[in-house]
Amino acid sequence: MSRARKVREFFIEKLILASGLASVVFVVLILIFLLREAVSVLKTVSLGAFLGGRFWYPISDPARLGILPLILGSLAVTLGAVVLAVPLGIAAAFYIAEVAPRRLRGLLKSCVEILAAIPSVVLGFLGITILVPFLKNFLGLPTGLTALAGSIMLAFMALPTIISISEDAINAVPREYKEGALALGATHWQTLHRVIIHGALPGVIAAAMLGIGRVFGETMAVMMVTGNAAAIPHGLLEPVRTLTATIAAEMGEAAQGSPHYFALFGIGVVLFVISFLINLTADLFLARSRKR
Amino acid sequence: MGRKSAGKALAAAAFAAALLAVPGTAARAPQAGRTLQIKGSDTMVNLGQAWAEAFNKLHPEVNLAVTGGGSGTGIAALLSGTCDIAESSRAVAEKEIAQGKAAGIVFNEELVALDGIVIVVHPSNPIGALTLDALREIFLGNVRRWKQVGGPDWPVVLLSREVNSGTHIFFKEHVLRRGKSKGPEEFSPRALMMPSSYAIAEEVSRNENAIGYYGLGYISPRQKVVAVAAGEKEPFIMPSLETVRSGRYPISRPLLLYTNGKPQGAVKAFIDFVHSAEGQEIVRRTDFVPIK
Repeated sequence: MSRARKVREFFIEKLILASGLASVVFVVLILIFLLREAVSVLKTVSLGAFLGGRFWYPISDPARLGILPLILGSLAVTLGAVVLAVPLGIAAAFYIAEVAPRRLRGLLKSCVEILAAIPSVVLGFLGITILVPFLKNFLGLPTGLTALAGSIMLAFMALPTIISISEDAINAVPREYKEGALALGATHWQTLHRVIIHGALPGVIAAAMLGIGRVFGETMAVMMVTGNAAAIPHGLLEPVRTLTATIAAEMGEAAQGSPHYFALFGIGVVLFVISFLINLTADLFLARSRKR
Repeated sequence: MGRKSAGKALAAAAFAAALLAVPGTAARAPQAGRTLQIKGSDTMVNLGQAWAEAFNKLHPEVNLAVTGGGSGTGIAALLSGTCDIAESSRAVAEKEIAQGKAAGIVFNEELVALDGIVIVVHPSNPIGALTLDALREIFLGNVRRWKQVGGPDWPVVLLSREVNSGTHIFFKEHVLRRGKSKGPEEFSPRALMMPSSYAIAEEVSRNENAIGYYGLGYISPRQKVVAVAAGEKEPFIMPSLETVRSGRYPISRPLLLYTNGKPQGAVKAFIDFVHSAEGQEIVRRTDFVPIK
């Protein structure tokens, strides 16, 4: 090995190391900044009143900074999306990986990729012009701007994530399992739901968790179709205001250094913590599925 | 908020620049090296800043600082000589004029824009006129069905702007709090917070249960405009440029600039700009009613 080449490789190695470290450094810096700004909200309200308060009137004097309706709003929308997208996504993944003829498989996979490529504002626009009036008329609601509309939009956004990662997990099930089952006289369907599902389960759960993470952090489409009313929701058929939509709608005008401004950073921390927990769970399951 | 295309803004700026290039206008160019302090009404801060930005492109030698604090703060600052122009959404009070006399300050009032808010419902809603008190009860959330104000037995869906909107604040202070800006009343938590006047217009035109408010510029045949009466015995007035300008429409107010004596130099240049076609176009763009 020539000296010049050694030097070059040394630098390339260090450069890659620095790139790897950069992402860690950024995460830590973002977290420090978020926490530093968010902590000041506790000068105005206690932690309990912030997380458990039922009223969000951030610009009133004195401001009422309770984010319970916002947390429940985010959870309602996410839960609805999970119920819609997870079974559909997993079923689609099984179909694509195990059942579909080879040619159809290619077509379906490209369709899923196209679905992933649709910008969320475009989905939101379709939601507000088509889905919202449809829901109102079909279900006889006072307004179609509801948590359910947000859930349906988000289900569309979570599907590609759930389908592709589940499909990878199914393909990763060792071939011998399937061959063994078939050799023992099991039918294709028996093999599928007795053997392959079990092998792929951790990966499929990870796919569902990553889909949920995608849904929870989504902002634009949700803001356009959920009505953004900061009242405690009693079901999916009511308007809700999500954590993300609140930050997006109010950050532009919140006076820097005001309790409102700090409260929005507090919401950011809450979002960060919940997303982190969701991703952590997904990682644990992914690690388990790789071990097998 | 309806933003004009950049191209149109550019054309307007070019047109204004061409006007300035006419020989002779250079003579009234303001003196360099001064910072013009503009202070007052929070409602007008964005308007003032938009004027300042556009004015600065024509007169880069003038420094402008636009700050809020409220109409009273602006007038107090003018009295104490700490600002050059006070932005105010109310006329000066007798007391302030007396204070001015003592301090040798003569208030010069410039009407620069009007603020008028239109109440809209779905075209199929038979309600065509409401008193301010009825509106107040509706938006406080005490009226749950249209029947309670003489309409059909439909649920009421409240549409409001987001908290960062001046229209939201004005409606809250003027209708919900009857002009007492520090009152305890708030929009019902069930009120849907819409990201723009456009979103309100869209939902009102699709939803027969909805009631919303927006600036005069948004009126379209797809929404029904409601006439408003200041009290039980007052006449119902439809909002229009004329009734807002004459002050007969009850949800409107003048937006004023105050200076000490007749404006001169940079102050005069700024006020002339505000009265110009471009200045009044900015008024329209920030959701207020131009006076020309």
